[in-house]
Amino acid sequence: MSSYPEKQTAITGIGQSQISRGADKSALGLTIDAAMQAIENAGLKRSDIDGMACWPGGGGEANGFAPVSIPALQDALRLKLNWYSNASETSGQFGALFNAIGAIAAGLARHVIVFRTMYEATARKTSFANALNKPGERVYGIFNWYAPYHVYAASLQQALFFNQYVHRSGIRPEQIAQIAINGRRNAALNPAAVYRTPITVDDYLAAPIIATPLRLFDCDVPIDGATAIILSHRDAARDGPNPLTWIEAVGSSMRYRNNWVQLDALSTQAQPEVARMMWNRTDLTVKDIDVAELYDGFSFHTLNWLENLGVCGLYEAKDFIADGKAIALDGEFPINTNGGALSAGRMHAYGQVHEACVQLWGQGGARQVKGKGGQGPKVAALTTAGGPLAGCFLLARD
Amino acid sequence: MSEFPARPLPALTEDTAPFWTAGERGELLIQQCDHCRYYIHPPTGFCPQCESRETHFQPVSGRGFVETFTVNHKQWMPGLPERYVLALVRIAEQDDVRLATNIVGCDPDAVTFDMPVRVRFEQAEDLWIPLFAPEEVFAPENAA
Ligand SMILES: [Zn+2]
Repeated sequence: MSSYPEKQTAITGIGQSQISRGADKSALGLTIDAAMQAIENAGLKRSDIDGMACWPGGGGEANGFAPVSIPALQDALRLKLNWYSNASETSGQFGALFNAIGAIAAGLARHVIVFRTMYEATARKTSFANALNKPGERVYGIFNWYAPYHVYAASLQQALFFNQYVHRSGIRPEQIAQIAINGRRNAALNPAAVYRTPITVDDYLAAPIIATPLRLFDCDVPIDGATAIILSHRDAARDGPNPLTWIEAVGSSMRYRNNWVQLDALSTQAQPEVARMMWNRTDLTVKDIDVAELYDGFSFHTLNWLENLGVCGLYEAKDFIADGKAIALDGEFPINTNGGALSAGRMHAYGQVHEACVQLWGQGGARQVKGKGGQGPKVAALTTAGGPLAGCFLLARD
Repeated sequence: MSEFPARPLPALTEDTAPFWTAGERGELLIQQCDHCRYYIHPPTGFCPQCESRETHFQPVSGRGFVETFTVNHKQWMPGLPERYVLALVRIAEQDDVRLATNIVGCDPDAVTFDMPVRVRFEQAEDLWIPLFAPEEVFAPENAA
């Protein structure tokens, strides 16, 4: 097992800007905040950074989805890079991290800064709110088979997948609600989260339906914010200030039809094969996971991941989460400990990477999980994306 | 659905133009392999079953089943009706050919999984958009 290169790659530093429903500085300004914090957190200097990656890349659209490019950050920090790459068509947002693993293994870089920046909160105040299919335009690209059918936001496509999951699993709304309730309960203990007031099942059921069966609290919160992660060769990580924390295994496959209409299994999305790949690259098992940061762009992604990681069986998440105890901070399988994207904000999987490190490094404060042995968590599971996209990995520390 | 805002329309390619324009003749066209008869969707001109590059656009029955659906409740923009149905329909001829569509001709709350549906077309500029209505709408006693 030891030959897989991800095991020779460590997360050595993390940084996060202020996350808000409307920033007082530019998207690039937020990214600089996150990047400089991450470099300092890793015990490094700007001159140590020789690689850069991000997801998806700087698209520059007014919708705030991809507001900062690699060249913009490189120039702002005047970095001298030997390798750089954006990652728009990868295994979900983690593709930028997975590319960096390859670059480090190939000797192209030793310390790679990986960032994700969102500026959707501000964008929604000033331009067309949604990312997909604008009226009056001819639609190119991956969503053009949906173009004429009044599909203005990702939530409509996700609702198609979610509805089949609900139909086949028999999960009830009050069970689904536990994902949002858990997130908000944890966010109450996270000063950086955007929504911190606890919610109840009644609140969940009283909120508007977006598209059946998706309700408002099933959808994550658009924010302005940036997160940066320093990925380093394991040999270069030992001298850093943080505990040695390496990538134990990755799931990055595309073994299904990667298509928002023809996706093989709508109700499980693309996750099962991706999770299988990850488990095939490690001796660890699902029983070793101390804490999990599972993608919750929509709450049912989290339900899917619980099943597809093997925490419970297919369509059994409803029984596993039940009243929410099992997934709480002191439960058998604590998830989304910072509030997740539903409450901490849509940092698009990179909030989860940040939080996994906070937990593994014992810096969670009031929301710190104890881990299986009570000595602090040693293994974290991270998952991302929905529809035909999926990626996952395990983080482990000494 | 004439009360809806104008539909955003797909940009066409040589591969996709037949699908989006054949509704003018009342035909639902799906690309098919000349050799093994596999339906190829989205159309690519390459059969993933037998590697043939000899394909044609075949009129299919227009019948299918609701694979999954959602009833939209959010008004994404002014003029959009409060409720409408987005669905994926699998065509009767082959389970792995799915079409995104709106289900029309019935109450949104009446749509169910695996419901039999049949195509109808709505013109939008130079395109003919396939929509689907419950099969029972087409029964002789219900025909307009
Ligand atoms: Zn063929």
